[in-house]
Amino acid sequence: MKYIDEYRNGRHVARLAEMIRQEAARAYTFMEVCGGHTAAIHRFGIHSLLPAKVKLLSGPGCPVCVTPVRYINTLVTLASRRDITVTMFGDLMRIPGTLASPGEAKASGADIRVVLSAHEALDLARSDPQRKVIFAAIGFETTAPGTAVTLMHAEREGVENFYVLSAHKVMPPAMEMILREGARIDGFICPGHVAVITGSEAFDFIPRKYGLACAVTGFEPADIMLALLMLIRQVNNHKPHVEIEYRRAVSAEGNKIAQGYMREVFEPEDAEWRGLGIIPSGGLNIRERFRHFNAGIAFPVDLPGPADETDCICGDILRGVSTPSDCQLFSTVCTPDHPQGACMVSAEGSCHTFFKYHGHE
Amino acid sequence: MCLSLPAKVLTVDGDMAEVSVGGAVFRAGIQMVEGIMPGDYVLLHAGFAIGKMKEEEAIETLRLLDEIDGAWQDR
Ligand code: SF4
Repeated sequence: MKYIDEYRNGRHVARLAEMIRQEAARAYTFMEVCGGHTAAIHRFGIHSLLPAKVKLLSGPGCPVCVTPVRYINTLVTLASRRDITVTMFGDLMRIPGTLASPGEAKASGADIRVVLSAHEALDLARSDPQRKVIFAAIGFETTAPGTAVTLMHAEREGVENFYVLSAHKVMPPAMEMILREGARIDGFICPGHVAVITGSEAFDFIPRKYGLACAVTGFEPADIMLALLMLIRQVNNHKPHVEIEYRRAVSAEGNKIAQGYMREVFEPEDAEWRGLGIIPSGGLNIRERFRHFNAGIAFPVDLPGPADETDCICGDILRGVSTPSDCQLFSTVCTPDHPQGACMVSAEGSCHTFFKYHGHE
Repeated sequence: MCLSLPAKVLTVDGDMAEVSVGGAVFRAGIQMVEGIMPGDYVLLHAGFAIGKMKEEEAIETLRLLDEIDGAWQDR
């Protein structure tokens, strides 16, 4: 058992496609909220296996894409200070801010370093106590517990030169906002890895309050096809509920230990999502107890409001209102080499994925 | 960065483990998963094991997929 190849069996996928064709009785639109799902759907050509009646929309689940411009500007401003090192995941480096992308700032001398994890950032702080090391903490429920564990380590060891600038976000409030704004969908392909942490229970409000189908899904082709069959059956039977397709990793209650770490370090706060605006309780703020690690408090930065918006329509794409091909800039002005918006930068962004697989059509 | 991958645990040392994703070796914090042993599979995400893969459930889903396949062939 390798937990990957087994779910790429072409015969399983073909059978599921056959069953979906048979059972699809009307038009359906399902939204995948996780950027990992968007990438997998294009990579495995899932669209081409589905009848025209079954439509898939991408939602706001790429953490890089929803990171606000203001946050990027703050990181770049902090990194220009001579006593500060800013550490971040590689995906953030090319995000256009209004000042410069972190990559451009690094090229002109700012001390910005790419790390693979929060503990790598802490290691850097330990090894150079003279420098102030800030970790740019982005990501959803999958990455927030790692930041929390690292902060607790730093506290226990009394590390004094380590800071976190939190732009962590949580998924369910964003899904609710999309529904409130009237997205016309029949159900969600729920984010499988977020659910490893939160448990499938985090999505129970969707069928209960909004009467929509939900399937918590893995990332291989058979996973996605099986989840779509589950969703179609839920709609056909008028029995929307939260079904777990990804049982090998997800339970109803989730990872309680990780949830505990998150609760200890973070509290919910209203947060800005790039392209979507302020989402109530959509982000995670560092609790008072850890305030001396909070880069937002230790190094207040005064920035002007976001500069002029471009014609980038990332926001509409993240809400499932538009697709990349609706954007005037797509594949002409905006390409992975010259991204105009965050959705084109991240490998999980809709525009990037779309460009990679359909850009030259 | 949002990618989580199934990774095989090679060695465990306190709250860190060495894990392998198809032969590439990474260090992973295992504070969030209990009772991890070499040979287990975990989901690796940004330097942490965020959950343990459940073999029985994995087999169960495969059984379901085979059943779908079988039912199709019997028609
Ligand atoms: S193609 Fe570029 S400019 Fe257009 S929405 Fe996507 S990221 Fe924004």
